[in-house]
Order: sequence, then C-alpha cells, then structure tokens
Amino acid sequence: MKKFGKVGAVLVTLGALSAVALAGGPVDQQLVIDGEIEMITRTEAPDGHPLDEVISGWHYRTGETRALEADTFENPGMLFVEQGEAAWNKIEGTEGKSCASCHGDASESMAGIGAQYPKWDADSGKPINVELQINKCRTENMGAEPLPFDKGGQKELTAYIKHQSLGTPVSIDLDAGDMQSWWKKGEEVYYTRTGQLNLSCASCHEQNNGNYIRADHLSQGNINGFPTYRLKQGALVSVHNRFRGCIRDTRAEFPAAFSDELMALEVYVTWRGSGLSVETPGVRQ
Amino acid sequence: MIGRRILTASLACAATFSVAFASGTVAPDKVEIVDGALELSLTGTPGDPVEGRKTFANRKLGNCLACHAISDQKEQLFHGEVGPELDGVADRWSEAELRAIVVNSKELFSEETVMPGFYSLDVGVNVRKDLIGKTILTAQQVEDIVAYLTTIKE
Repeated sequence: MKKFGKVGAVLVTLGALSAVALAGGPVDQQLVIDGEIEMITRTEAPDGHPLDEVISGWHYRTGETRALEADTFENPGMLFVEQGEAAWNKIEGTEGKSCASCHGDASESMAGIGAQYPKWDADSGKPINVELQINKCRTENMGAEPLPFDKGGQKELTAYIKHQSLGTPVSIDLDAGDMQSWWKKGEEVYYTRTGQLNLSCASCHEQNNGNYIRADHLSQGNINGFPTYRLKQGALVSVHNRFRGCIRDTRAEFPAAFSDELMALEVYVTWRGSGLSVETPGVRQ
Repeated sequence: MIGRRILTASLACAATFSVAFASGTVAPDKVEIVDGALELSLTGTPGDPVEGRKTFANRKLGNCLACHAISDQKEQLFHGEVGPELDGVADRWSEAELRAIVVNSKELFSEETVMPGFYSLDVGVNVRKDLIGKTILTAQQVEDIVAYLTTIKE
C-alpha cells in the first residue's frame, strides 16, 4: 500500500508539470470548409460512450494541416476524390454499366449515404462498409470483378462516395440485423492489448488522447475523415489500412482487411465517432 | 534410447537458451519482482549510463522519450507526455525499484498501465511471429537504462 501511495503522489505531481511543459489537448477552433460548410467536430458522446465528448482528429493536428482541410482547393485528398468521380462514371464489367448507370448523379443519390456505413447486410449476414458495398454492386450488378483491398480505385471511389456526405453527422443503425453483436465484438477488439508492446486501441486513443507520444499528438482515433489524406504517406489512406498500421505498430501480427475482426472494429469505432460530421477526405499528419 | 533422447533434447534446450540469454543473465520468465523491486542485477555486469542514455532515446530500442519527457535530453526534439516526466526520478525511486519498473511496470502499478514491460514475456495477443518469446530490450540494455536513470537527480 505504501508503494501505491507513493506512485499516486508522483503521478499527480508530474501530471501537473506536464501540462505546463507541453501544450497538449485538442485545439479550440471551428472547422468551416470553404467558408460555407460548418462542420461538427466536437459533440456530446452517445449513451454508453466511455468519453464525455467526441472530438474529431482535426483538432489534434497542426495549424497548417487544419488549414489544408478547411479549403477544398488546398486539400490534397480532393485530387483523389476527383479520380473517384471518374471511377464512378467508368463503365466496367459484362453488363456495360458504371455506378452512374444506376445511381445517376452521386451528389443527389449518395448525399448522406456514407454517413450511415457500416450498415447491416442481410445477404451476407454481416455488416458491410462502403468498400464492400462497391464490390457487391460490381459483382452483382455490373458483372465486374471485385476491387482488391486498397487497389483499382477502391480508396478513391470510396472517398468520392463518402465526400457526398461532407458535413453530415455520422449515424449508424445498430438496431438492424445483428449489428449489436458486431458492435460488442468490435468493443472487445478495441480493448484487447496486442503485440510485444502490449497496447490496445484504448491505451492511446481513450486513455491518452490529447497527449503527445513523441512527436505525435494522440487523437481519439475517430474515423469520420476516412479515407483520409495522410501527409506522412502522401496518399489517401483507408480505414482498414490505418487499423492494420496501428496494430502492426504494437509489434503484432495484424488481421486481413475486411476480416470479421476489422469489420467489427469498424462498426465499433464508427459508433464512437457518432455525431461528428463526415470529413472525407480528412487531412491528417 | 530414451535416456539418450532426453540428453539430446536437453542439450538442444541448453543451446537455445544460451543463444537467447547470455550466461549469467536472468531469463525474463525467471525474473521475480518482490515488493515492487528487483534488487539483483539481471546480468551481473554493471550498467553503462552513457549507453543507457542512448538506448533511452533510440526509437528502435527503449524509445522511452516517446512517452516520457526528461530535461537531461533537451537536445532531442520531441518528448512525449503519456507517462510522467522523469526529472529527479532517482530521488523518487531506488535502483531496485527503477529496475522493476523498466522490466515490467504492470507488476508495480496496475494491469491498466500503458507502459510496456521491457524485459517481460507478459505481452499482448498475436505477437509478431519473429518476436515471440523475445523481450523489447536485452537484459544488459535494461541495466544500462537503470544505470542512466539512477543519475537523474534534481
């Protein structure tokens, strides 16, 4: 007991010192895109959420990075969204169709849709995300091959579709089908410590959001900006790519993209960001 | 036959053991933290504080700076704030306690502690295949870091 008393005292003292020495925490600013679209980047957490407030990763980035996202001409991710638009209109497969053949103008047909994914897919008896929904359309309606993970324009088309929900609050339906049990499974994945470094998602994004880990400012790990442009990689990055990257960094073997494990995690982490505006394509470090 | 097989097996074991852990070194699964302290050196060879200072900062080794700030390493640009600042750490903890904290702080603090055990096999699930059974730091690197930390006084 003596030892623990000592630890507690030390932590309290040093916690106070840290706050003075380093300027952590989310920045207090509002994201308005092109001076028009007022984005919800901070909001009250949904019932059952471990945190009081849900905060977009945008608040944890540098002033330069935040400015890039606030201007669609400056946002490097928009180049890929344009490529996604071309993919939307491209005829592929044996049926001679493009996405547009059935869905027409994406700015109308896809408005607000991306904010509702992942959603329940009764056919497969699993949740489906935008990437897999595109593949389902390709194989069932276009007579085209499914796009492999992160390839063939998958990230760009996903970003284009989600971009049609820019500003719409994330809201997924957990009452549909068996979504509850996938949410539960995702929660388990979120709190499971992995790898030699023995870290869970929660170790950084719940317990330490707002703190610096070396040069990295830890966010809550919300995914409302995905696919997001990452300056570090100079590329558009998909959610499952980032999940795998994080797990890999704990020095663990990581699950396959779109595996049940990562689909469950996508359901759960999307829910954790409920109420935040879709920012796709977000801009991050 | 059976005797010989056992002998072969135990020789093989001994060989593996000596590759992984130098002689005189306490293997990670034999380390016993008692009352939040590890009195005995893991190697019997005194730690080198100069080496320890480097290992502390090295991103591929201790990477302690990822989480802890320390004024002694001001020349390094980024210091983390996930863990407590370490200025004066040797005034607050004994060498034996520092050794135990570096080896596996979860045994001192709580299972919730974010800090990895640097000389422990108490790790997460699905460890990368080439790292199974291996520790983040070698026993001597732990001793070096402990030697370094004992010099950090206010």
